[in-house]
Amino acid sequence: MGERVLGDVILDMKNISLSFGVMKVLNNISFNVRKGEIRSIIGPNGAGKSSMLNVINGVYHPQEGSITFKGQVRNKMKMHEAAAQGIARTFQNIALFKGMSTLDNIMTGRNLKMKASLLEQAFYWGRAQKEEIAHRHKVEEIIDFLEIQAIRKVPVGRLPYGFQKRVELGRALAAEPEVLLLDEPMAGMNLEEKEDMSRFILDINDTFGTTIVLIEHDMGVVMDLSDRVVVLDYGRQLADDVPDVVRNTQSVIDAYLGVSH
Amino acid sequence: MQRIERTVLYTIGGSAILMVLVPWLLGKVAPDQVFFEWPYFFEVAIGGLLSGVMYSLVALGFVLIFKASGVFNFAQGAMVLFAALTLVGLIDLGVPAWAAILLTLGVMVLLAIAIERVVLSHLVNQEHIILFMATIGIAYFLDGFGQTLWGSDVRRLDLGLPNQPLKFFDGALMVNEFDLIAALIAGVLVVSLALFFQYTRIGRALRAVADDHQAAMSVGIPLKHIWVIVWSVAGLVALVAGIMWGSKLGVQFSLSLIALKALPVLIIGGFTSIPGAIIGGLIIGAGENVAEVFIGPLLGGGITDWFAYMLALVFLVFRPQGLFGEKIIERV
Amino acid sequence: MIYREAGEFKSTYQADQAIFPIRQDRWFILAILAIAFIAVPLLGSDYWLGTIMLPFLILALAALGLNVLTGYAGLLSLGTGGFMATGAFAAYKLATMFPGLHILAVLIMSGLITAGVGILFGIPSLRIKGFYLAVATLASQFFLIWMFNKFGWFTNYSSSGVISAPPMTVFGDVFVTGPQASATAKYLFVLSMVVIIALMIKNLVRSNMGREWMAIRDMDIAAEIIGIKMLSTKLKAFAVSSFLCGIAGALWAFIYTGSVEPAAFDINRSFQILFMVIIGGLGSILGSFLGAAFITLLPIFLSNAPHWFGMNIPVDMISHIESMVFGALIIFFLIVEPHGLARLWQIAKEKLRLWPFPY
Repeated sequence: MGERVLGDVILDMKNISLSFGVMKVLNNISFNVRKGEIRSIIGPNGAGKSSMLNVINGVYHPQEGSITFKGQVRNKMKMHEAAAQGIARTFQNIALFKGMSTLDNIMTGRNLKMKASLLEQAFYWGRAQKEEIAHRHKVEEIIDFLEIQAIRKVPVGRLPYGFQKRVELGRALAAEPEVLLLDEPMAGMNLEEKEDMSRFILDINDTFGTTIVLIEHDMGVVMDLSDRVVVLDYGRQLADDVPDVVRNTQSVIDAYLGVSH
Repeated sequence: MQRIERTVLYTIGGSAILMVLVPWLLGKVAPDQVFFEWPYFFEVAIGGLLSGVMYSLVALGFVLIFKASGVFNFAQGAMVLFAALTLVGLIDLGVPAWAAILLTLGVMVLLAIAIERVVLSHLVNQEHIILFMATIGIAYFLDGFGQTLWGSDVRRLDLGLPNQPLKFFDGALMVNEFDLIAALIAGVLVVSLALFFQYTRIGRALRAVADDHQAAMSVGIPLKHIWVIVWSVAGLVALVAGIMWGSKLGVQFSLSLIALKALPVLIIGGFTSIPGAIIGGLIIGAGENVAEVFIGPLLGGGITDWFAYMLALVFLVFRPQGLFGEKIIERV
Repeated sequence: MIYREAGEFKSTYQADQAIFPIRQDRWFILAILAIAFIAVPLLGSDYWLGTIMLPFLILALAALGLNVLTGYAGLLSLGTGGFMATGAFAAYKLATMFPGLHILAVLIMSGLITAGVGILFGIPSLRIKGFYLAVATLASQFFLIWMFNKFGWFTNYSSSGVISAPPMTVFGDVFVTGPQASATAKYLFVLSMVVIIALMIKNLVRSNMGREWMAIRDMDIAAEIIGIKMLSTKLKAFAVSSFLCGIAGALWAFIYTGSVEPAAFDINRSFQILFMVIIGGLGSILGSFLGAAFITLLPIFLSNAPHWFGMNIPVDMISHIESMVFGALIIFFLIVEPHGLARLWQIAKEKLRLWPFPY
């Protein structure tokens, strides 16, 4: 993978514990993410990986622990704040707006950057029109990048699964995030689609310098793409290191990887 | 039955306390407009509780259908009216009361089958809002159909139920005999339905269907039969409600507006709870009556138009799922 | 092939984002507008203009308002009538307290007042969703109508209880309300207002606001996660929707019926507008008009149809049959095309694209 220059720590999770009633979903998890890094979270199903992502962008509030993002320490994130501060994400079960087209869905990702008032939009003059066109430019760049030009006017509800995942990625990218959280972006894809998606992830990281936190089950992908890996199992943290070390950690092998080969 | 949460008890207790305190205060503060005496207050409150039971009856029909098919049946009120109209129509034609009741019940079952075949089976996996709007369509259709068949004059429904005021405490407290009987009948109906849902095989199947139509079908639950059963039971409940309200007010179009009043009952009680329908009905019935008599004079009267809805609105803000409803957790 | 977009390439995003990108659509709309503004007033009788076109246009405006709230933002509302009443009474009070005020000012201000009321009743929507919200809007409906009936201040303490809208003019001497107003003047005034407002709403729903509304309608958690603010987006939906319904109510009272009475805006009105939106198509500007046309024309058809067939049905029976037909139609539409007439129109256009080829 060549020389990788990673920046300072941009996101620091310290002693995060999360419970739903009596069910403890995350148990004292600590790890950090450096700027420009590709960080993976792996572990068996139900390990709490998605919950971890949800804590990072404020959908869940942890009972204990602290989150330090861009130097600011807090004990929980608010959803709107996370978005405004540059965290974007995709979801395991695709959270697109089914009633809108691809183009409109990705445009919604720009909503925080649109400043025109209600009245201006109603008359569609001046600032409203300029904004709309400027943001359309940006969104078209993303559409080009993800190679989804042909489906830009199609209502997303009608798209096949693989394309929906791309559109969702496009929506996240539209926000020009500093940190991108990807929840199983390759789920349900065949080999070719996975290669495409891996290429996109690498390009995003390379071209825009976006920090990426990734949940993924495909070990080959994880080991190839990641700079560092966190392993979770039933809410506990098993390992936190570079892929080669994690691959050979006994507890990880026992819990998740099986016999290493 | 689930354990009753503390918040629920506090809410019910709190409402009861407010219902007594506010009128008393107003009676002290504005004695010219608000007449407050304890026996009078109890009379109003009990009268309200009893009409509340009748609201519960209508709400019960809603809950049954919602619990069993996940459909919010806006047509419940129209079913009440239709049942009452059919019953009165048959009786006026000379059919003896007991036969008329059985015949009307049969009609309601036929109605249930028709609704299932014509409407529900075509909308099996549509979103709930579409089903809801379909029931609005059914409501309008039934309203028109019933009145086309039987005419739109007000009809008296006299089944020989006693309607005398009963005196307690040497006449200081009067309670209507009819209201008491209505409450009793409603109570029996509600308890039997609650038991039915909780402990029988069909009850369990109904609950499965409410959760997920397709999943229920995939484990072999015959959706069509279930729906016909549920809508028939709702029809039975509508008939009883129709008899009660019809005897009290006469059978007329405004009966379907009473069904609108059942909505606040559902809000307070929760859409999926049978005991919720009872308690919600009691709170709304008593609250409405007490408010009209003791707060109404200060506002010019007629506040029963909106009081129930405002009460429901306040409830919604603090407890969106109602007292006994299920909290919907959305997972991302 | 008559109707197609082949050969039409847009070279700027601006052109692609025009409301009617296909050339034939543009001609079609211009033709409709020409018919509406020129042919109809010339050829239409006063009866047609005053009794059919006026209520159609005004109710279409109200349906547009409800569509913004329920179709685009996904907030089910049964309180449309109450907001229309608010607009009507606000206009009445303004016109009588400040007699010199121009009718446009009265209309816009009553719209703003209604928007304020709408925001107030919209506040609970942050916590409440779906059917629960519908029941909450019933609270606003019943309360507002009770209030307008109860407090004499709204009717300027009129003893007869019937209050007429004062005569008002547009370009100095053209009356649009009151006995001197001609049907043509009324029609053109209302038509202009409705067209302009519809255009503004179309712009609104195509831009960021519209996307935010549709986002919270489709999946509100995801919307919140990408930074859309729930409360302000929902309140803006209530505000815009109520603004439209308020103006519609004021137009209804001032220009169509000539009198301001709460009974015209009761729960049945709310249901009527809801039906227009369902049958016309949720989330569609065109749908609001199609639905309004359908529901305005249906009673006329129903009351006249028996005569054509030589049958004589008593009047009250007609309203019952109307109910039955409404109900049946709603069910029919929901089964066959839940997205309403607007979707049928779209499908027709798509078929037209291929015509005369089958596929």
